[in-house]
Amino acid sequence: MSLFRKTGRGVVDDSKVINFTFDGKAYQGLEGDTVASALLANGNHLMGRSFKYHRPRGVLGAGWEEPNALIAVDRGKGRVTPNVRATTQEIYEGLKAESQNRSPNLKFDMGAFNNAFSMFFPAGFYNKTFMWPKSFWDKVYEPFIRNMAGLGPAPDADDPDVYASTYGHCETLIIGAGPAGIAAALSASKSGERIILVDENAHMGGSLRSTPNIEIGGKPASKWLEASLKALTKAENVTLMTRTTATGYYHDNFVALAERVKHHIPNAKIGKVREALHRIRAGKVILAQGGIERPLVFNGNDRPGIMLASAAQTYLGQYGVAVGNEVAVFTSHDSAYQAAFDVADANTRIAAIIDVRSTIRDDLIMGATQRGIKIIKSAAITKTFGKLRVNACEVYEPESGKKTKINCDAILMCGGWTPSLHLWSHSKGGIKWDADLAAYIPDMPNENAVCIGACNGDFGVAAALSAGHKAGGGRKAYKTNEIEFGSGVVLSSLPSYLDSSKQKAFVDFQNDVTEKDIKLAVSEGFKSIEHVKRYTTNGMATDQGKTSNLNALEIASKAVGKPIEKVGLTTFRPPYTPTTFGTFTGYRDNELFDPTRKTPIDPWAEANGAAFEPVGHWRRAWYFPKDGEDMHAAVARECKATRESLGIFDASTLGKIEVVGPDAAKFMNLMYTNPWSKLPALGCRYGLMCREDGYIYDDGVVGRMAEDRFHVTTTTGGAPRVYRHMEDYLQTEFPELDVWLTSTTEQWAVIAINGPNARKLIEPFVEGIDLSPEAFPHMTLREGKICGVPTRLFRVSFTGELGFEINIPAHYGRLVWENLFEAGQQYNICPYGTETMHVLRAEKGFIIVGQDTDGTVTAHDAGMSWAVSKKKRDFVGKRSLARPDLVAKGRKQLIGLLTENPNEVLEEGAQIVDDPNQAIPMDMLGHVTSSYWSEPLGRSIAMAVVRDGFDRMDETLSIPMPGKVIKAKVVKPVFYDPKGERLNVV
Amino acid sequence: MFEIHCPYCNEKRSEIEFAYAGEAHYVRPTAQEQTEMSDEDWSRYMFIRDNIRGEHAERWWHNSGCNMFFNAIRDTVTDKFVMTYKMGQPRRTETQIEAARKNNAEQKAKS
Amino acid sequence: MKYSAISLFANALSGHKKWPVQFPDKEPKKEYDAIIVGGGGHGLGAAYYLAKRYGITNVAVLEKGWIGGGNTGRNTTIIRSNYLFDESAAMYDHAVDLWDGLGQELNYNLMFSKRGVLMLAHNVHDVQSFQRHVHANRLNGVDNKWLSPEECKAFCPPLDISPHRRYPVMGGALQMRAGTARHDSVAWGYARAASKLGVDIIQNCKVIGIRRDPDGAVEGVETEKGYIASKKIGVSAAGNTSVVMEMAGLRFPLESYPLQALVSEPVKPVMPCVVMSNAVHAYISQSDKGELVIGAGTDQYTSYSQRGPLHLQEHNVAAICEIFPIFKRQRMLRSWGGIVDVTPDRSPIVGKTPVKGLYVNCGWGTGGFKATPGAADMLAYTVAHDAPHKINAPFNLDRFVGGRLIDEAAAAAVAH
Repeated sequence: MSLFRKTGRGVVDDSKVINFTFDGKAYQGLEGDTVASALLANGNHLMGRSFKYHRPRGVLGAGWEEPNALIAVDRGKGRVTPNVRATTQEIYEGLKAESQNRSPNLKFDMGAFNNAFSMFFPAGFYNKTFMWPKSFWDKVYEPFIRNMAGLGPAPDADDPDVYASTYGHCETLIIGAGPAGIAAALSASKSGERIILVDENAHMGGSLRSTPNIEIGGKPASKWLEASLKALTKAENVTLMTRTTATGYYHDNFVALAERVKHHIPNAKIGKVREALHRIRAGKVILAQGGIERPLVFNGNDRPGIMLASAAQTYLGQYGVAVGNEVAVFTSHDSAYQAAFDVADANTRIAAIIDVRSTIRDDLIMGATQRGIKIIKSAAITKTFGKLRVNACEVYEPESGKKTKINCDAILMCGGWTPSLHLWSHSKGGIKWDADLAAYIPDMPNENAVCIGACNGDFGVAAALSAGHKAGGGRKAYKTNEIEFGSGVVLSSLPSYLDSSKQKAFVDFQNDVTEKDIKLAVSEGFKSIEHVKRYTTNGMATDQGKTSNLNALEIASKAVGKPIEKVGLTTFRPPYTPTTFGTFTGYRDNELFDPTRKTPIDPWAEANGAAFEPVGHWRRAWYFPKDGEDMHAAVARECKATRESLGIFDASTLGKIEVVGPDAAKFMNLMYTNPWSKLPALGCRYGLMCREDGYIYDDGVVGRMAEDRFHVTTTTGGAPRVYRHMEDYLQTEFPELDVWLTSTTEQWAVIAINGPNARKLIEPFVEGIDLSPEAFPHMTLREGKICGVPTRLFRVSFTGELGFEINIPAHYGRLVWENLFEAGQQYNICPYGTETMHVLRAEKGFIIVGQDTDGTVTAHDAGMSWAVSKKKRDFVGKRSLARPDLVAKGRKQLIGLLTENPNEVLEEGAQIVDDPNQAIPMDMLGHVTSSYWSEPLGRSIAMAVVRDGFDRMDETLSIPMPGKVIKAKVVKPVFYDPKGERLNVV
Repeated sequence: MFEIHCPYCNEKRSEIEFAYAGEAHYVRPTAQEQTEMSDEDWSRYMFIRDNIRGEHAERWWHNSGCNMFFNAIRDTVTDKFVMTYKMGQPRRTETQIEAARKNNAEQKAKS
Repeated sequence: MKYSAISLFANALSGHKKWPVQFPDKEPKKEYDAIIVGGGGHGLGAAYYLAKRYGITNVAVLEKGWIGGGNTGRNTTIIRSNYLFDESAAMYDHAVDLWDGLGQELNYNLMFSKRGVLMLAHNVHDVQSFQRHVHANRLNGVDNKWLSPEECKAFCPPLDISPHRRYPVMGGALQMRAGTARHDSVAWGYARAASKLGVDIIQNCKVIGIRRDPDGAVEGVETEKGYIASKKIGVSAAGNTSVVMEMAGLRFPLESYPLQALVSEPVKPVMPCVVMSNAVHAYISQSDKGELVIGAGTDQYTSYSQRGPLHLQEHNVAAICEIFPIFKRQRMLRSWGGIVDVTPDRSPIVGKTPVKGLYVNCGWGTGGFKATPGAADMLAYTVAHDAPHKINAPFNLDRFVGGRLIDEAAAAAVAH
């Protein structure tokens, strides 16, 4: 058994030895130990280095508030977790822990160089220096500062572990399973309603686990705890969750619980859930988060071996570990006496209790006397000694001026208690200052929530139990034999004979913020607590000020000369303790981050070697490379094949909306710029949609199925927003219209067949439709069957070739596609992707909304005034088209561009100017919106928006590129078959 | 994540079922009004918003639920919904809002 | 006292007890030549430039809380100027020009870190859009260059460019002289420099009314500390602009949305630059303390609560882990919310208002921090001259009437 282990105490299992390493050195602990308790049991207090001065540090606390003892836990590649509190990491067989922020090792750290010069690095020092010479900032100072930054190791590989998330509901959620939370659960469970009790630790019990000797109703606390947990485990309506932190409290009693599923398991397998996020909607939330002991701020208060009194109590009570052989206790509060007595009763020598107060409760004096403990009243520690571990302290008695050096290998300190208001504050519950407690306590709630026990300012086990029972809806008084929790004094500065500038009295341990830093901030004019926090970085370390905020507030308030309430309190925000990104991410990893939408024909494309591109939420076949073709070659081949014979294209991603009802045409008239009343049934029309601002919003071909039914198509990316836009107007502005809207995007697969042989291909498969040009002209649709499947067959063309768009129920999409593809072999049918689609349409000058338009282009700008009804009295966007800037000269208009060198393909996005020799910034006329190599034309083509473009026909403009200027002529944006004859091949 | 009472479903549902749809009670001018109104007035209709710090009349869309748009009064400082009501119903008066607030407080006290 | 290594050394020897107050707390005078409402970086900067560049030193900055406590202290500190439209490029590049050397000018180290801002393209549309930016920026004299996926990876090693990702990296636009700065220091640096030039910085002084003379021109403000007269009032109140403007009887084309951001625990240096991804709506950098600083888009609803929902935090983090799966094991340390004021075209309004003597600087949305010196200078210019500078002239209120919007967001519209 190790040196400092007191057998038979605590919850650790003496029979189960666990091996682990810290900085490569082998240690043994017991099952139930944390890394911190196990190291302390081995007499090792040095566990970390501070952020700024690299001072050697041991544990300050024994739980989640720990600022000092941060380690990296190494489970292999991609599985190194930095900044883990040694005080909360349970040990497991083979655990590998490393200390942080030191080089080359924890005992000898080069970074401690900073400590020697700490006088030059007070709060905010960086604002005042590193400015000259200017060029040194980028090259010397900043790289140096950044290299010093950071605590734990940076990741060097992807985290292979799996994270999960769930939703849950309950009538009562109880956060914190100390005496208050357990009593609340016991009492609330009687109702039969769903109760969830969560605790961040491995075991429930909270302070009861640290004080097993207290008797509750005449029974030891440990027995009461055991019986209570047994009862709760048995109750079917109660869910108990350990190792689960309530990290955030959001609107309407929505609480995030982060469960650490595998942190304590040796050889945790990859692929099993490591952490899980449980999102709980609760009817009522009972917060029993407890309180956190406050350190005392005195010179040298940070040496390894100096810790909170309650931490020593926990190490002893919970883990059976003595924190030293000769322990000094320094306090301003009664509660430290219980800790001192517990330690003394475990046969550890108490060197002295140093109390800053002059009057001490009789029962405490008696308790000390009984144990032979010396109390030094009206005194303070003014110095501590020891390099990597405290070995002595100097006690100063200001009344006599006496200074005594006391040997000790640990110092327990207690500066009072701070109720944990974190979640309460997340919920926007009110807080008020309690002068007696010298702490903020809960005021009016904002949600259906209540704080009980220590986090409500009611300290002590009996008080917590009674408050818990009441919060659970019962009424019961508990009797304990604990020492009255008592009270204390809060001094913003402790008595000392030393000049304050000579002292290093730490407030925020991790960030090395000292009392004098806070005073410096105030003296420089930073008087709001938020300013003090930001200037000194107090409370911004990984413990988020759990042990430092109130001390900083006291010091600042005194320095400012205003009561604490006037200085304010920094706001608590989620998360309560640092929470893994993976836990927030949950299942939304890679493919599930944003599920990819795939068409029914997508598997065929994949099997046939398509290259894909992401478009909105979809992936679409981009091109179908053959035998090592690059995109350029593949697209040239696909274009040629389609124009010469036959191309097949999966257009299923097009948005589709069914607009139905007696007023359907009226509604269409309002939503689109075009007129719809006169479109006959089975007619098609290109529709252009604006928002109220008059700019092009979306487009697509619309088929009128019947008098009262429209089959509307939208752009692929635009489908959801167009549907919303329509619903919004229908329900909000035009509720008198008798119209229904249904999104049918997923219901239809769409196969576009283009090319001179299009009709010949489909003819044998079509039933009930006369495909002859006379019976089925361009821009009409028919209903019938294809391959035996019902179809809405559109005769439309986005390529300029004879074209059909075959809409079939989605589940038949692949069947029809494969049938057509097979039959198409005789015409050398060519599957093509979106890139070829883009080229073919550009050759015809058809726009792509979002590429050739950008939300600042009107129908007129796009050369599509013909699509805007002059006769309709109203449509969305009409009024805006009359605004002065939309009809002014100088608007950018869509034109075609032909480069002087036909082999030169312009870059999309390239800017266009009149005079390429002008100085920068140049006056840019517009930009190239679409640009391609056109295989059928044997040259490049481009579309562009250019200032007053319509008036510039045949002008030559310049496109300045790096190292060259490209000249291009303005033309009408129809490059191929301007008369549209190919639509009518027979 | 809020809970929002949908006046059509008559149920409280989670915020992720809903989409915010902007300030409520901006009535689109009729065709006649549009032709007569100045560019300034038109721009006011399109763009100017009260952006109230306090009780805000706004629209929500129950897009992952019943697909209906509806109106709501929400305090933009506390994010608390005071009431929701169906589309087409008139803007709520101070008195109505006050009554709803009182009612909410009573409901809460009961629970 | 001038800040320098030498003064730091000297003060260390005297126990750091002799540093002067950086920005004295002043009680308001009866009257000022100009008042700036809002003590963020923009407002404090405006006061500084009024005094420094435009010769108006009898200026007060009125702040309802503590200076720098609004969006100045609640953003992800990104600075860049590679905007598409000429108007925006001119405005933001003016800001970047001023950022460079601002620390020296103010004698306050702002830690402006020119680490480069890389904007990732994840689909063909992004590629087209960013290349358009690159070309426009080149002819506007704004640095911005196109990188291949491999070049992106070389510039930012933690980036995952494997093509099988849900959002594969298809390239990126890099602005080298962009980066980050220490946000609080910007407010404090301007405040200190402005104070030295005679500007009164008055904190905890909420404006509760704007008083106007019979002709309608402003004549002063009612505040929690009493009435203060001034014939020129510049409002730079971000998310609260609508509330202040309403005091002058003006309604604005603004909506205030919550904007959330978060940081991880500090780790050793790993992110050498700023990375933004519009497709997944997230951006990330590493602070000089080692924290990963992460931001995203606004919430969907208007709010002044500064309280964000969980599902948005989940999304922000998931978005970053999609681009940087390497960060999945890091932990969120702190999150916070700002209130950003957004205009219909997502571009700011900087200029005169219909009320004589009342000037405004608002509508910066999620992009206000990067513009701080530029916006401040333009507001100061406009207040001093009762007319806009040519850089901020296009950012007027009239554009919403006439329709000449400066719609950067629409220009990056996603559709196909």
